[in-house]
Amino acid sequence: MSYLKPLFSHPKLPKNKLGYTLKEYEGSLSTLCAGCGHDSISAAIVRACFELSIEPHLVAKISGIGCSSKTPTYFLGNSHGFNSVHGRMPSVATGANMANKELVYFGVSGDGDSASIGMGQFVHVIRRNLNIVYVVMNNGCYGLTKGQDSATADRGSKNKSGSVNPFEAIDLASMAIELGASFVAQSFSGDKQQLIPLLKAAIQHPGFAFINVISPCVTFNNNPGSTKSYDYVREHIEATSALDFVPVKKEIRVNYAEGASAEVGLHDGSKIHLNKLSMDWDPEDRISVVNALQNAKVKEEILTGLLYVNTDWKDLSRTLNITDSPLNRLKESDLCPGTEELQHINEGFR
Amino acid sequence: MKPTNTRDPEYYHKVVDCQYACPAHTPVPEYIRLIAAEKYTEAYMINWESNVFPGILGRTCDRPCEPACRRVRVEKEPVAICRLKRVAADQKGEVKSLMPQGPFASNGKKIALIGGGPASLTVARDLAPLGYEIHLFDEQIAGGGMMRSQIPSFRLPETVLNEEVDYILDMGIHTQFLTYVSSLKDVLSKKYDAVFVGTGAPRGKDLPKLPGRKDGAAGIHIGIEWLASVAFEHTKSISPKVIVLGGGNTAMDCCRTARRLGGKDVKVVVRSPFKEMKASPWEKEDAMHEDIQIFDNHVPLSFEVKDGKLIGMKFQKVRAVYDEKGKRELIPTDEPEVLIEADEVLVAIGQQNSFPWIERDLGLDFDEWDMPVVDRKTFQSTLPKVFFGGDAAFGPENVITAVAHGHQAAVSIHLFCQGKDLLDRPSPFTNLVSQKMGIHEWSYDSQIAADQRYIVPQARKSITLKDRKKEVELGFDIQTAYKEAQRCLNCDAQTVFSEDRCIECDACMDVCPTSCITFTANAEEDELRQNLLVPAENKSQDLLVSDTLKTGRVMIKDEDVCLHCGLCAERCPTSAWDMQKYFYSVTKAYQIPASLPAIQK
Ligand SMILES: Cc1cc2nc3c(=O)[nH]c(=O)nc-3n(C[C@H](O)[C@H](O)[C@H](O)COP(=O)(O)OP(=O)(O)OC[C@H]3O[C@@H](n4cnc5c(N)ncnc54)[C@H](O)[C@@H]3O)c2cc1C
Ligand SMILES: Cc1ncc(C[n+]2csc(CCOP(=O)(O)OP(=O)(O)O)c2C)c(N)n1
Ligand code: SF4
Ligand code: SF4
Ligand code: SF4
Ligand SMILES: [Mg+2]
Repeated sequence: MSYLKPLFSHPKLPKNKLGYTLKEYEGSLSTLCAGCGHDSISAAIVRACFELSIEPHLVAKISGIGCSSKTPTYFLGNSHGFNSVHGRMPSVATGANMANKELVYFGVSGDGDSASIGMGQFVHVIRRNLNIVYVVMNNGCYGLTKGQDSATADRGSKNKSGSVNPFEAIDLASMAIELGASFVAQSFSGDKQQLIPLLKAAIQHPGFAFINVISPCVTFNNNPGSTKSYDYVREHIEATSALDFVPVKKEIRVNYAEGASAEVGLHDGSKIHLNKLSMDWDPEDRISVVNALQNAKVKEEILTGLLYVNTDWKDLSRTLNITDSPLNRLKESDLCPGTEELQHINEGFR
Repeated sequence: MKPTNTRDPEYYHKVVDCQYACPAHTPVPEYIRLIAAEKYTEAYMINWESNVFPGILGRTCDRPCEPACRRVRVEKEPVAICRLKRVAADQKGEVKSLMPQGPFASNGKKIALIGGGPASLTVARDLAPLGYEIHLFDEQIAGGGMMRSQIPSFRLPETVLNEEVDYILDMGIHTQFLTYVSSLKDVLSKKYDAVFVGTGAPRGKDLPKLPGRKDGAAGIHIGIEWLASVAFEHTKSISPKVIVLGGGNTAMDCCRTARRLGGKDVKVVVRSPFKEMKASPWEKEDAMHEDIQIFDNHVPLSFEVKDGKLIGMKFQKVRAVYDEKGKRELIPTDEPEVLIEADEVLVAIGQQNSFPWIERDLGLDFDEWDMPVVDRKTFQSTLPKVFFGGDAAFGPENVITAVAHGHQAAVSIHLFCQGKDLLDRPSPFTNLVSQKMGIHEWSYDSQIAADQRYIVPQARKSITLKDRKKEVELGFDIQTAYKEAQRCLNCDAQTVFSEDRCIECDACMDVCPTSCITFTANAEEDELRQNLLVPAENKSQDLLVSDTLKTGRVMIKDEDVCLHCGLCAERCPTSAWDMQKYFYSVTKAYQIPASLPAIQK
């Protein structure tokens, strides 16, 4: 068993604008099961950050507990990280975000971590529109504790031991839209072509960006009868759109399948190009999105791609009017306004 | 692209870069692992089987394997393949009992070998176990050819040479040393079943038309003749000021030998720029380390003679100019002629073949350059009974090439003596075996060592320059040999892919440290090479292409910079990837299975 990654890399590995190669965005060698979908998501995050030329030291990865929550060790090894308590990632991420809004935040969670023990925190962080990329690596089970059904396991889905799940599944994407998430997407760990541009758009989105990624657990939930297996997902996947993320000022048009095309602008000037595959759906209209999701459910399809985006809502730091400069850079003169100003403030309360 | 045919024995062979580049296709990684495991005897025998002279080659081989080593493409310096071979030879135990044991039952056939260099000796070794009666003729006092007469003892001690020559001669070879063969017709009249010509390229080139050549003759020597006369102890000293003309390995051996025989001020003068000299880089380094100056871009004009005695040489300085095709021309500069003083000059500007002893009316054709017409595959001449190999076949090369020729010529001779088709050659022996020992365990050390190449220690110059027989290189000690061996990437541990098992989870693609693996839509090779994670620009390295997978894509692996680290196979949930050791061995004459008796109806 190898514990270390070889130090050598391809001598012709491309470099990004910062002069870094993918290597500078990788983490240590994964200890997850071979073939775990979570590893592919890690690789997609590595690539998205590399392609956006994000400074690794300006990223913070916050996670809960689970195989999914372990992944921050396996990507962005040069970034900040906090492996918090089961289901409590959102509060730690909120605190960090309020203290320093200059960083790119990844909230990394699992279906157990977010839809069971962490449900309370999950719904509130959405309501508040925290500026974070919130990734749920959704395998329909508690992988780390040996594969018990999770709250996102579909009713009727069979697990490895043969028992059939009798409960209705929580649909995290619908729920996020309902609760007012400003960016909601769904994807599949086995489809990097879709996942990478989604991640790039989510990183650039100023507010809560939720991506529910179906990510097969090869060890406990990849059996026939499971609705989160590689085979099942590949057979039932349906994309809303073929999309490409276009960073600021760089107009690249990708050729995708024919169909109507839409363009969503982000405030920093970047754009998301969408070539619609599914009709009667408009990513800026919540009702059409909820309809599309419900229709897909009836047809036993897994709808993937960018589902909903709204760039007008204020994120938490703007709502609370948090200082732009990180707390660790505030000097005494910023924090202590002086006697005169203090008196002035006190006057206001009399 | 079509799915790769990995059943073609050459596909995986080519992945083992060193072995593929070795003219004799020595299974390099196999013996390097044995050295790391302290199994020196076994490592020696793997070598002996393939290249016949492990101790000699471990010191003197031209090492075509090293520039080919994969390590060059991912790091900088190749594995010290050659010097590890020497470790196997230095540390081995008793090996003779592991070699074919005579006396061999006679098969009634008689073969003559003319010349006793590595080519002939290889033919002898490969044929003797089959029961051939072998007669070897050489004009020298003992076997070994130029390994004895040319390669100086400070690079190749006589004991090492004798040991490995004797392993062969002891197999019952009939030797006739001090016998110059002056007529092939004579030999043919002696009713041999086949004749092998391994007489080398024995004539050193001269500069007969250069002014002063005749007058200065007493102080001017042909390099290879001079080296031979040193080796056989006819020449024991040289004057203090020496010029060596030429930039190849012979020039390096001449100048270094001169330093040991009394040359104080020894200069190598060469026409070409330093970088383009034919000598191996390590030989140039060794020469300069022994205080030898190298003057490049100097074209000889004349030998300068005063009072009947050589006093030096005049040269014209030139500079190299290249046309678009890269062809070089040496253009004289306007600097004045240069006079370099010398008491003696060694002319080491190349060797030639010469066959004055082969009559031209025997039906053995010679080409326009007066070289025998020899088939590149079978080594047969136009006189069916007569075969050539080594430097005699296609001009001067090196020991390992002579050995490779010898193996093939022996196969041809054996087929010929049985009346079989020489073009129906035995296929190589191959074997592909999984190295899986447990879920994530491999039977080889899959960890990649980042160590840089280790340097072989040398004896002190103050000692080696005093004694021409004192070996300069001391060889790796066991600990360093182990560390150097660990640098080998085990390129024979092949990444074998079974598409029917792949679930396309991308794990292998994500984990591969050198971005070798891509899952993508199929296309023609040129397009595909561009569509990979990192474009596969090194076309000399193949792509491993799978059959179409479930999602309609194909798996493409660029073999170029694969580290054989096994991570793809470790991270594969279904064992669609497996690390399998590929053993490839050229079939030697004595390994050709005897034909089965005809079945009577
Ligand atoms: C100075 C020098 C240094 C070299 N160093 C190296 C080195 O470090 N590494 C390397 O790999 N190669 C080296 N070589 C090249 C190498 O020695 C030859 O390529 C190799 O020995 C060729 O082997 P062969 O069997 O073809 O013939 P040779 O080794 O040349 O043997 C031919 C033999 O045939 C004998 N012979 C010739 N004609 C007759 C005849 N008519 N009758 C009887 N006997 C005859 C000769 O005396 C000789 O013994 C060097 C060559 C030179 C000149
Ligand atoms: C407070 C607390 N309760 C329970 C556990 C046990 N536990 C560890 S991981 C886990 C479920 C993780 O499931 P998920 O978030 O889906 O991660 P996965 O392993 O499937 O990626 C549970 C219940 C715990 N670590 N802490
Ligand atoms: S148990 Fe499942 S989720 Fe956890 S590492 Fe293994 S495959 Fe992945
Ligand atoms: S790394 Fe080892 S097996 Fe690979 S080419 Fe170099 S010596 Fe040969
Ligand atoms: S063995 Fe596999 S993982 Fe390692 S370098 Fe080669 S292809 Fe990549
Ligand atoms: Mg889970």
